[in-house]
Amino acid sequence: MKRLVWPAGVLLLLLALNVVFTPSFLSIQVRDGHLYGSLIDILRFGAPLILVAIGMTLVIATGGIDLSVGSVVAIAGALACLQISLDAGLITAIALALGLCLLLGAWNGLLVAAVGIQPIIATLILMVAGRGLAQLITGGQIITVNDPAYKMIGGGYWLTVPSGIVIVAVVLVVTAFLTRRLALGMLIESVGGNAEASRLAGIRSRGILVMVYAFAALCAGVAGLMISSNVSSADGNNAGLWIELDAILAVVIGGTSLAGGRFSLAGTVLGALIIQTLTTTIYSIGVPPETTLLFKALVVTAVCLVQSRSFREKVFGGRKRAAAPAVPAATDRTERETAGLPGPQDGVRP
Amino acid sequence: MNTAMTTGALRLRRVPGKYLPVVVTGCLLVAMFATGGIRYEGFATGQVILNVFIDNAFLLVVAVGMTFVILTGGIDLSVGSVVALSTMIAASLMEGPGWPPYLVVPLVLAVGSGLGLVMGYIVHAFDIQPFIVTLAGMFLARGLCYTIGTDSIPITDPTFTVFAQTRIDLFADLWISPSVLLAVAVVVVAAYVLHYTRFGRTVYATGGNEQSALLMGLPVGRTKIAVYTISGFCSALGGVLLSFYMLSGYGLHAVGMELDAIAAVVIGGTLLTGGSGFLLGTVLGVLVLGLIQTIISFEGTLSSWWTKIFIGMLLFVFIVLQRLFSARSRR
Repeated sequence: MKRLVWPAGVLLLLLALNVVFTPSFLSIQVRDGHLYGSLIDILRFGAPLILVAIGMTLVIATGGIDLSVGSVVAIAGALACLQISLDAGLITAIALALGLCLLLGAWNGLLVAAVGIQPIIATLILMVAGRGLAQLITGGQIITVNDPAYKMIGGGYWLTVPSGIVIVAVVLVVTAFLTRRLALGMLIESVGGNAEASRLAGIRSRGILVMVYAFAALCAGVAGLMISSNVSSADGNNAGLWIELDAILAVVIGGTSLAGGRFSLAGTVLGALIIQTLTTTIYSIGVPPETTLLFKALVVTAVCLVQSRSFREKVFGGRKRAAAPAVPAATDRTERETAGLPGPQDGVRP
Repeated sequence: MNTAMTTGALRLRRVPGKYLPVVVTGCLLVAMFATGGIRYEGFATGQVILNVFIDNAFLLVVAVGMTFVILTGGIDLSVGSVVALSTMIAASLMEGPGWPPYLVVPLVLAVGSGLGLVMGYIVHAFDIQPFIVTLAGMFLARGLCYTIGTDSIPITDPTFTVFAQTRIDLFADLWISPSVLLAVAVVVVAAYVLHYTRFGRTVYATGGNEQSALLMGLPVGRTKIAVYTISGFCSALGGVLLSFYMLSGYGLHAVGMELDAIAAVVIGGTLLTGGSGFLLGTVLGVLVLGLIQTIISFEGTLSSWWTKIFIGMLLFVFIVLQRLFSARSRR
């Protein structure tokens, strides 16, 4: 839990900053039977990012990375909207879209687990080709649909709560249950720690890897449905553009190491909320929107620096902190991090 | 030994394993060119190849910088944004206060190198993953672009326009642009540095095994900072070349170019884990990407998104091939 202190602090700082500029920032009202308020907006607009980041967390926990989620977001929205515009029925459309996402995720997982390709390249393939695929599905156009039931997924309200928040909450609870109450989380972490050792210990690391990538793609697919449903259209070119980078950032800000072997779902949610709050903050404190990215870069750099042990030692001269109890795990982590972006491929090779 | 004799006997016939990916990329390039030549009229001319160089000179320069970073086992996601930032700084300084090009170009190169230097320093000194640091750099550079201006700024400076419109005639009606000469010069210098200097060997050693390189007493930290600086410099130079090509500065220039650069490096046979690869491979990789676009424009009926799908498929084929080769050479 100690690792959550920094991200939680940054989030509180951002929220406090907002309260200074807009005193009514924290108020939540019920209007027309819907919840309204800046905090609700942050959750609502951040919902797709949180979803994608949850899937990304599990992938990163296995020592991998998934660059293709942005393309999967676009593909899911494109296929669902295409099916709806062809009068295929809502259930068929959603089932087809999510089914395709699962397939794409399994493809990523097989490339990583069975062929033994570095995750960053294996998913780069789908990242590049997937955008093309999404545009192929939409025929290069923006498909607009008019289906009130489809609109409910991302733009509607269920029991006064925006539907996106409900979906995210459900996915989060299910994921947390599966990974923290059952042994699955431990298995994922052990594959991330050392894929070969966990295979020798009797864990089906290949199966776990394929499952994790499929899960990440499924999360991205749901996020894609949400995004396209919210605007009632599918844009193969721009939907989910750069969401993979935001998701990876959210995971890293949340304290999950890119080296794998450990993850924190709560940290990821905090990280995603920081990114979304940042966007809201920029508008509410009157920073010109052109400088949004600039502001984001500064905050990201600051958060990452503060989390880096060697930075804290150098700047704050924390000799004592270096001798803190977390030393064995921490040195282990730094060693692997200095080796660059490692993938489990060395261990998974037949 | 028996094996030594066999390898000795086979040496003449077999290409050494480390050159194999480059040879495969070269063969693919020839095959693509031949297919294009058979299918389309007017394809199999020297000018088509030269046009690929002319249209991708900036990508070539950027990919050279990316090769250095990837050889050390790192990655640089900021290149596309730095390219855009360079066009933006150049355009705004020349059009607004009317600075002369011989002041603007060095300034742009210094800004790019400076950004790279800072990112390299953060990667090295604070043990933060290159992926995240350069991602922040990408946001920073793109953000700076939009801070300078959100609209496209045309470049009307006479020196730049002359540079953009000059044709250097070769033999038999073939011509290239000055940018190509610059890009080729960058490639030659970079190849010399990588293969014939102490620094180049350290780059390979760092990517091969950082711990070993460190224990051997090689200046790993300095090398890592240097490769990101080189990548920053190359991106800025790529930006200058792009502003010759486009004659404008715009915050939305070169969106996603980092992916093209990484794809070119990977198709060229450089391993993303670092320590193995050649600059020649990167050049071939850029040519393959350029030739795909040429073929699609010759085909005429294929839409632009097929480019992405083809590049994805090519990436897949190459990575699987590399995987097979590295599995065989390890045996």
